Amino acid sequence: MSASDPRLADLPPLPDLQGGEPVFAAPWQAQLFALTTALNEAGHFAWKDWAAHFGAELAKTPQVSGQSVPDHYFGCWLTAFETFVQLRGLAGPGQLGDLQRRWDAAARSTPHGEPITI
Amino acid sequence: MAHDHSHLDPIDVRVRALESLLVEKGYVEPAALDAIVDTYENQVGPKNGATVVARAWCDDSYRAWLQSDADAAIASLGFTGRQGEHMVVVENTAEMHNMVVCTLCSCYPWPVLGLPPSWYKSPAYRSRAVIDPAGVLADFGVTLPEGMDIRVWDSTAEVRYLVLPRRPDGTENLSESELATLVTRDSMIGTGLALNPDEATA
Repeated sequence: MSASDPRLADLPPLPDLQGGEPVFAAPWQAQLFALTTALNEAGHFAWKDWAAHFGAELAKTPQVSGQSVPDHYFGCWLTAFETFVQLRGLAGPGQLGDLQRRWDAAARSTPHGEPITI
Repeated sequence: MAHDHSHLDPIDVRVRALESLLVEKGYVEPAALDAIVDTYENQVGPKNGATVVARAWCDDSYRAWLQSDADAAIASLGFTGRQGEHMVVVENTAEMHNMVVCTLCSCYPWPVLGLPPSWYKSPAYRSRAVIDPAGVLADFGVTLPEGMDIRVWDSTAEVRYLVLPRRPDGTENLSESELATLVTRDSMIGTGLALNPDEATA
């Protein structure tokens, strides 16, 4: 195959190749990664099953213009992980939605600068 | 004041909901989460892989072990996987350059390289590396000698590849730890080459 391969025309250019960025671009990405890894290490799923589920989410979700690689990548990871824990029965129907509403409400009722808890 | 309360981004709300659910049900321990973040932010990285490569450059029997049973050879240096992955080491030669990608997601040899850089996770690299490896190498500033073949290895959750780069010329007198400083992350993914000693000190 060569650089004139017609499929290349449809592909975005490579991002910054220096790769000197931090391991995680935001705390939520680190937390999400740790949750997934800890759940795997506790024996709740095989990593290959997770990789297949996550890969399918990445495949169907194109990176949109202006979106950074970490935001696209961990955004897909988050959506995939939410559906995965429900498919595996680790989260019941509606449980995540309820908790999201509680966290949002807690933030709104917590004075700025104080830790948010539910 | 209307804005004196806290605010969580929608994405933070979603992650906190997951965390509180999994912790509350006892599926994960908060301390384990902190330990994992610390491990991957501060402890595991390409230095591990560089140690493996430098050992292979200096010790032919270790190099042979690495090729026949990479899991055991790498574990002997204290680097072990957590996801049950199987490691395979692919060696660059005068005729063959190896390059690693994960077209599915971002499978990567965490124990020896840490977590992957952004470009490895990008849709662009994941697709281009397979279609046009020479073009990707050119973007990385790597020009291979005329006629050298490129082989691209597609990692999976179960098989993770580590490239054993070629030892640079003029390094016969260097110690193993000096050699390790020449081994870059990219050289172990195959999007770079090991540094020459003058590049390393530049």
